Amino acid sequence: MSLPPLRILIAEDSTSDRSILRRMLIRLGHEVIEAADGVAAVAAFQETTPDIVLLDALMPRMDGMEAARRMRALAGERLVPLIFLTSLTDAADLARCLDAGGDDFLTKPYNRVIIDAKLNAFRRMQRMHDTLSEQRDLIHARNQQLVDEQAVAKQVFDNVAHSGCLDAPNIHYHASPQSIFNGDVLFATPRPDGGLVVFLGDFTGHGLPAAIGAMPVAEIFYGMAGKGFGGAEILREMNQKLCRILPTGRFCCGAMIEVDFKAGQVRAWNGGLPDGWVLGGGRTPQPIRSRFLPLGILPADRFDGEMEALRVRPGDQVLLMTDGVLDCVDDAGNVFGEAGVREALADKEGPPFERLLAAASGFSADAASSDDLTLFALDVTDDAGWTRGLADTVGPSALTGPLDWRCEYELQGQSLADFNPLPLLLHLCLEVPGLRPSSGEIYTLLSEMYNNALEHGILGLPSHWKRNPDGFGHYYAERQRRLQSVGNHRVRFALQHEGTAQGGRLRIACEDSGEGFDVAAVLGSLSDDGRVSEPAYAGRGLLLLKRLTTDLSFHQNGNRVEIVYDWKHT
Amino acid sequence: MTGSTPESDADHLDNDALAELQDVMEDEFELLIRTFVTDSRERIHTLRQALADADADALAKAAHSFKGSSINIGAPKLGALCLALERAGKAGELSGAADRIDGIDAEFAIVVAELETLMAR
Repeated sequence: MSLPPLRILIAEDSTSDRSILRRMLIRLGHEVIEAADGVAAVAAFQETTPDIVLLDALMPRMDGMEAARRMRALAGERLVPLIFLTSLTDAADLARCLDAGGDDFLTKPYNRVIIDAKLNAFRRMQRMHDTLSEQRDLIHARNQQLVDEQAVAKQVFDNVAHSGCLDAPNIHYHASPQSIFNGDVLFATPRPDGGLVVFLGDFTGHGLPAAIGAMPVAEIFYGMAGKGFGGAEILREMNQKLCRILPTGRFCCGAMIEVDFKAGQVRAWNGGLPDGWVLGGGRTPQPIRSRFLPLGILPADRFDGEMEALRVRPGDQVLLMTDGVLDCVDDAGNVFGEAGVREALADKEGPPFERLLAAASGFSADAASSDDLTLFALDVTDDAGWTRGLADTVGPSALTGPLDWRCEYELQGQSLADFNPLPLLLHLCLEVPGLRPSSGEIYTLLSEMYNNALEHGILGLPSHWKRNPDGFGHYYAERQRRLQSVGNHRVRFALQHEGTAQGGRLRIACEDSGEGFDVAAVLGSLSDDGRVSEPAYAGRGLLLLKRLTTDLSFHQNGNRVEIVYDWKHT
Repeated sequence: MTGSTPESDADHLDNDALAELQDVMEDEFELLIRTFVTDSRERIHTLRQALADADADALAKAAHSFKGSSINIGAPKLGALCLALERAGKAGELSGAADRIDGIDAEFAIVVAELETLMAR
């Protein structure tokens, strides 16, 4: 036999029987330990840890049954076969041996061939047991590793999935307890111009696959929002990223809102989430309907990130929710659904967020603890100042940029419709060492100048349209329509920066190819060098420009605006 | 039925089993036989003592051990007699036990004689 020898304990009080068995086992190549009674057998078992025990049922001091029980206890997880030695008399005796914990019995007279066969059978069983034990331990270790990794991953996910300025005083949200990765994400961050952008997403599925998609989406969101990209551009980038990384059949339902507190405007996009709502002021709730496919489905050239503009007033509340809210089920199996949401929102008592959450929780006992429910609300305020002092979400670059430079940048024709130059221009300016803390003001300057040039200078949209709700929608629809046939127009920026003792001076000139306007007529009196007198700034957001700059002037029939912005090291 | 039924009542020793034992035990065979003989005398003494004490349980146990050793050594008839005594002991029937022990004693004497003959060969 090429198999390794076994260490076998024989417990038998009859000397002659014991020596016969010992000789047989030794002849078969095994190592033998002998005990003449039960007590000695248990002691020997403990000392020598045999592979197999052959024991007599009737022994002095402690019988075989009791010895077998004690050996079982001592063996613990080890599989040590206990084989009873017996004369084949009656079946009940044999059964009793097995009942007492024996694995088999060996009948007298002993037969070498049978003994060998039985030992080998038990050896196979032992090997199987060892393999099972090893694999069980391995599985246990792997599982523990998985659990540990998940705990770390969950921490990372929680940090990523519900982040940004969600603790701002005008933001309310309920996110399911994160016992597992539920695939819901909620991001919010201030924009450089003092506005706010929010994304609520619901990835298909649960667990790690759903969570992994959240990482790049969060990166894109915070990176781009901090650089001044608009919601539509952020959505397009998220969509493209998710198309590339998510497997077929996986996607992310989501809604984005962009709030401009100064203009009293919310721009919203909904791809696959339940209706969002704008509520307040005794008006009929305005839905933010899903009009698009979720993110991660359409290729870039077919993706539409166009956001609808909604007028809001201070005191309004904007609601977004994942389908976990609609999916709440009561004890009778009824679904909360859209009807439940409408009913809760129709009730005028108390803030909508609390109303809806209370209604959903009241409807279903486990709504609040459901793993798939996120409800978000934003209070519209008249003061955007709350975003000041929030952490800059884009860390400073490690590289030192230029201090003294100038450049010109011109956007032409269809690119005026397709491309937003503000992040690029902002990026150029923020390369100036020390200028990053002023990113909000610089973004505001660039966006006011660019929007004036594009919307009024080139597209000829009258700003007074925006003053009433009907005109507001009309304004943005018309902007979109006119952009599609913008023709051979252009907007040119000239930027120049020079260092000063305390900081620097940034000059921005923005020139458009539109028809221009009668500056004096629109803005009131102009001095000889194109400067505007104080009361005239009311239109076109010029008050803001004036407030932020050292100098503001109009040239060339109103087609060219120049500002001088002085800043100091903080 | 028993593990090694004698072909007839006349078969006191199972020669095949003894041949196998001889093969297995080699030079320890003689020692084994002597051990068996010594132990068996001890057991017959124990049987008589148990009967004298009217201890049916002790009687059954001693008969049980004797039975196993007898079967192993290749003395099936002796084993069968021990089994009959064991069963009687278990049943608490001590009335015929003295005769049974005498029978065992007589059979044992024959077995010893035959074993001596065997070893002398």
